[in-house]
Formats: sequence, C-alpha cells, structure tokens
Amino acid sequence: MAQLKKVLAGSFAVMMAATLMAGCGDSSSSTADTNSAAGDNTSKAADESKGGEAVAADNAESLDGLDSAKVVNIYCWNTEFKDRFEKYYWPNRDTALWDGVKYHFEVNTNEGNVYQTKLDEALSTQANDAMKIDIFLVEADYALKYVNGTAASDVKATIGLTDDDLKDQYKYTKDVMTDANGVLKGVSWQATPGLFLYNAVYARDVFGTDEPDKIQAELSDWTKFEAAAAKLKEKGIAIVSGFDDTYRCYSNNVSAPWVTDNKITIDPKLTEWVEQTKKFTDAGYNNKTGLWDDNWKAGQKIDGKTFGYFFSTWGIPFTLLPNTVNEEIKDDGSNAKVGNGGYGEWRACPGPQAYFWGGTWICGCATADNNDIVKDIMLKLTCNADIMASITEGEQDYTNNKTAIKKLIDGGYKNDFLGGQNHLALLTEAAEKIDLSNKLSAYDQGCNEKFQGAMKDYFLGNSTYDEALAKFKTDVKQVYSNLEV
Amino acid sequence: MKKKSISYAKWGYIFLIPFFVAYLIFAVVPLVQTFYFSVLDYKVDTGMAPDIFNPDANVINKGFCGLDNFKFALSSEGEFLRCLGNTAIIWLIGFIPQIVVSLILAVWFTDIRLKLKAQGFFKTVIYLPNVIMASAISLLFYTLCIRNGALDTLLNKGSDLAITEKVWGARGVVGFINFIMWYGNTTIMLMAAIMGIDTSLYESAQIDGASPTQTFWKITIPLIKPILAYVLITSMIGGLQMFDVPQFIGGNQAGPKGSLKTVVMIIQNGKDSAIGSVGAISVMIFIISAILGFLTLKVMSDNSGKPKKKKPARK
Repeated sequence: MAQLKKVLAGSFAVMMAATLMAGCGDSSSSTADTNSAAGDNTSKAADESKGGEAVAADNAESLDGLDSAKVVNIYCWNTEFKDRFEKYYWPNRDTALWDGVKYHFEVNTNEGNVYQTKLDEALSTQANDAMKIDIFLVEADYALKYVNGTAASDVKATIGLTDDDLKDQYKYTKDVMTDANGVLKGVSWQATPGLFLYNAVYARDVFGTDEPDKIQAELSDWTKFEAAAAKLKEKGIAIVSGFDDTYRCYSNNVSAPWVTDNKITIDPKLTEWVEQTKKFTDAGYNNKTGLWDDNWKAGQKIDGKTFGYFFSTWGIPFTLLPNTVNEEIKDDGSNAKVGNGGYGEWRACPGPQAYFWGGTWICGCATADNNDIVKDIMLKLTCNADIMASITEGEQDYTNNKTAIKKLIDGGYKNDFLGGQNHLALLTEAAEKIDLSNKLSAYDQGCNEKFQGAMKDYFLGNSTYDEALAKFKTDVKQVYSNLEV
Repeated sequence: MKKKSISYAKWGYIFLIPFFVAYLIFAVVPLVQTFYFSVLDYKVDTGMAPDIFNPDANVINKGFCGLDNFKFALSSEGEFLRCLGNTAIIWLIGFIPQIVVSLILAVWFTDIRLKLKAQGFFKTVIYLPNVIMASAISLLFYTLCIRNGALDTLLNKGSDLAITEKVWGARGVVGFINFIMWYGNTTIMLMAAIMGIDTSLYESAQIDGASPTQTFWKITIPLIKPILAYVLITSMIGGLQMFDVPQFIGGNQAGPKGSLKTVVMIIQNGKDSAIGSVGAISVMIFIISAILGFLTLKVMSDNSGKPKKKKPARK
C-alpha cells in the first residue's frame, strides 16, 4: 500500500514538473501564433488557412524533433511572403531539393521592433542552435542593420546566384543590400516606387474627371495638392486620411539618414512634413487617423470620405484591395469586378512627389544548412521572369524584374482593379528614379514610429512643436539608448 | 499499533519542489541579475545585428558605474518621476470608485435585514470582468472610445469628441477599465471580511436603536480595517505594475502627451537597449513594492485582535 502511495505521489510530482515544462513550450509557440495574428494587418486569415491546407504536408507547424537540415526555417513579419511562397514558389520548386524537406514560418510583427528583437535573439544563438535559420526577411527601415555584419550570407559567393541571374533587377534594390565591401547580402522580388491612389468616384464628383493625367495635373506639386485639398474639403472629403500618409514623401527624400555616427538628426524634410500636416489638420484636409488604424482602413471604402492614399506597389494587393471591397475576393475571381465595393473605382497617378515606401528583401542566413534551397527560392522568386510576370498579374505587385514588366506593358497590360489603367508604366518611370544612397539607417523603424507618435500630440493641439520634439527625443533614446539625440 | 511510521511532511516538501525550482530559476535569479545590471553602464546597440560568431559584438558594457543609472532615471530625461505620477493618477482614478462601490455592494450583500435575492447571480456578474483578459477589455474600450468610435457616433457630436486623444479622457478610460476589472474582486474580499463580524453585534446595535449608517461607520468599518488596508496596498502594488491597459489605449505615443506612460512602460521600451537604466527603474519599483508589502504586514498584524490572514498575497 505504502509502495503504491509512493509510486502515485512520485508520478504526480513528475507530472507536475512535466506540465511546468510543457507549459513553457506551449506558451512560446502560442506567442508566435498570436504575434502572427497581430502582425497581420489586413484580413488575410482566410487566404492563410487555405494556403496552409493545400500544402499542409510540407508545412511544419512545430519544429520539435525535426532535423534542421530537413527544415527550411523562415523568419518574417506578415503573411505577404508566405502567400507568395506558397502560391508562386511552391508549384515551381525544384522537387528534388525539397525531397523530405519541410518549411516553417516564424512570424513576428514589425511594430515596436518586435520582429527585429526576436530575430536578433535567434541570430545570437545560431552558432550553437541545433535548428538553423535558413532565410530571414528584412524591411527597408532596418535593412542596413543586417547588411552590415555577418548575419546574412553573400548572395553571389555563398548562395551562388550570378550577375547574369540578377541582371533584370533594379539597381537600387541591389545597392541597398550591398555592404561596404561590395558584397550583395539579399535580393527582393519587388521594387517599391510610390504612387498616389485616388478614389475615382470622388474625382469625377469634384474634378469632373477620373483620368489619371488630368488628376495628376491637379496634384503635381504640393501647392496644387493643397489647392485640390481645399476643393475636396468643400464637399466634405479629406484629401488624405491622416497624419502619417504623406510622411514617406518627405522621409524618403531626406538629405541625410536618421542616424549618422550614432547621432540622431532631424532632417529639414521631416520638419516640412510636420508643418504641412499641422496645416492640413487645422484646415480639416485629413480625417485625423493614424496609419493602419481602423478609421484609416475605413477611409479606403469607396464612400470613405477620403480622396486618396500614398501607396507603394504592395499597397494595392495587401491593403487597399482587401479594405475597399465589400466581399472578399474569391479564388476564382468571380467577384473581382466593379460593384464589389471599390473594385475598379481606384486610379493611380504619380502624385506631387516621387518617393518609395518599404520593400522586402530575402536574406540567406549565414548559418543556413539548406543553401541550395535558398538559392532555388531566390532564383524562382526574384530572378525568374515568367514567375515574376505571373506575380504582377496575379497580385498587382510591381516585381523587381525589368524584362517581366516590359513584357507585360508590351502585352497591353491592364489593371482591372484600377479600372483598366496600366499603372506599370507609371511605376516603371518612378522606379528608375529611386535612389536610396545616404537615406537609410539601421534605426529607421524606431525613429519613424516614435517621431510620428510624438508629433501626433502637436497635430491634435495637445502640445507645442517643441514639447512634441522633446518627447520624441526622450522616447527614441529609451529605445536606442546608445544614440545621441 | 506500531506500524512503520510514514512521515507525510516529507511529501509536502517533495510536492513543493517544482514550485521552488521554478521560483528560483524564473524569479530569484532574474531578480539578483536585475540588481547587478542596475549598477552597470550596460547598453545594447539594437541597430546592429548580432554577429553570429560573436553574439556580444553589439553590447556596450562599460562596467560598474555606481548610481549613475539611478540618477539618470530620476532626471527629467529618465522620466521615472513623471511616469510614477502618471501611474499614481491613473491608479487613483480607478481605485477611488472601486473601493466606494465595493464597500456599498459588500454591505448590501451581507446586510441581515436586506436579504438580497439572487446574490449568487450578482456576485458572478460583478466578478466577470476580472476573468476576461485585460487586453480584451482594453481592445473593447479602445474601439468604443477612439475617434469615430462607437461613443462618438452614439453621442452624435461629430468626430471631435475622441476622448482617448485628450489627457484626462485617456486617463479616465484607463482608470475606468481598472475599476471595472477589479471592483468585483474587492467586493468579494470585503464581503468575506464583513461576514467574519459577529452578527450579534449588529443585532444588539439595532435593538439599541442604531441607524444603518451608524452601524456601518461604528461597527463595520473599524472591524474590517485590516482587510481594507490589505486591499489598498495590494491594489497599489498591482497599480505600480500597470502596463497592458494603458499600452493598448495609448498606443505608440503612450497617450496624449505621454499621459498614459507608466513606469513599466519605460522598462518595456528600453529592455532591449538600455539594460542598465531599465534595471535601475526595476530596482526602484521593487523597493517601493517591498515598502508597501511591509506596511501591509504591519497593519494587518497589529491593528486587530481578530486572527486574520497573515500573508500578503500578491494580486
């Protein structure tokens, strides 16, 4: 009897200890899940689950007990790359390489530097970890951080892409990812020139036309832009949604990056943005929304009382399209037509100022144990003209391949979402103008977030400009304590 | 009968082992480490990716720096005092209605003459908000109170109400959420205290002609004082650690003019980079909490002849 009690008691103790451990494991994996949901700005949940089912056999949800060499482990911050990967890479993959290999996405949201922090933690233990990261993605706001240093491997020497493979990519997308020694550290499937997308219904109402050329004439510089804003205001329409919408037009045309030699400088261009936004806010030219928030998204409905949005190429498929339609676009595209919310009622024009916004690069991790697969992914998703053309056609994304884009334009490309407009021609023009040299620093994500956050008080009239500036300096120094302000 | 005597005490200790192991690893070690970091000039350059083969390359550790981190935290740039003030204000906004409403409810529920019906139902309902995650409630209130949210639409004042964009509006919302979440919990605790009072005291007071107000101030309040003190101080300690609700409501800029920035928010902002100064703030919160905990113990042990719970449970 006593023996039994001992056995029972002992097994209970073991079980308790086990639940403790199990608890740890569970919580970490569920954190990853929650984060992925939170980081997913647009409602792509349905797409995601569908994609997951189709390839479930090869998608490892959990990494427990898997051999690192048999898993392609990918770090990213939303479902954009995952969608591209599953839809355009997976059917075209080199099946011999993928024999018995699974893939796994580790998703953490970009906001508040969460993605960078998680990635950094993982990278710092890579040398000893059994499970190696194969691919991680970087965003323009912190690309430089990973270009310098050893985290990303040499695309040409280590992974094995050739100059010939890369010849069709825009030069600036390669320049960004090239370190001081001229080594290329990452490649992108998209170029991200910016456009101004506007609501054609409002355009017809206020300006009497929705033709991009004529609207562009109304908006071609900031003075005209303001005059147009006043006209729209009379009809109760805001020209832009909120404070941060014009931000990239200014922040991507600065004369020096946020941080040089560990010192933060506020570029005159940013001050211009503050002045203009304050003026717009006081005059009622915007709806006082914050970037990505619900009101901002609501303005993208066709009757959202917002004239237009500054968007880069990814803004159409990833943000504007899902936000403007009333009924989610079905797989067969049967409801992708005029009448479904704002589908077909948006147009694009270059806007008052050339700019770019964002951009995602694929980096191979230095400790990757599946470099041949990384090469295959990079080749198919960033160099292959046919696949790139199909991405542009299927996802309205502007892909980083001059041949593919030219072929589409020559083939009489029409974008149904933009009412049959050929916006690729506009983007091509804008993409050639992008120059990122001496504009980026590794601290941009935090600086942009904190600057926009602090200035919101000024725009709303809660504090003076100087108070808001002081708040930015305090805030940013808490996040980047090693910098001087 | 002389059987082999089994020491059951032993099993008690064995069952406690998992807790102590977890406590040692996840609480004691980090605590000691925090004290250690708080006197180091220790920063991490988060603008530099970790070098895979030399993970510490982005660490800037200049070693022992005395109390510099504490001085910095207490300076205006370090924001500790400002954020402590914010925390205290938001806590007060929530706590004052919380204690008043809880006291009233507790007295009503336990009143021998009132005999409220469906008490179980009401107790469950008022406790319910405490069961829901703080973040879920915050999100609900966030969507209600933001510009063009439900509240703006309901009051039909156009879009310029937007109470979360005003300093006192935002603080009020956070305080209200804290109140909604915690008054049920406090009510239950005060009811337990009141039910511990001998009902014959009330009966004799009523026979002597005491009004309900008199019995409340002369009997109930003096006899539940230790529990009141306990509620007050545990709530203060909980309030000091306030983070999730103001973070949700205030977002990236921590509310209008940073008015929702609590001390824990400084820690959360700087935990990846400003290791030293964030450590100093953690130590100061620890000290304040320790003083409050010590006060609870003292008040509870010498203020009443009645045996009460001795341990200051954490919120």
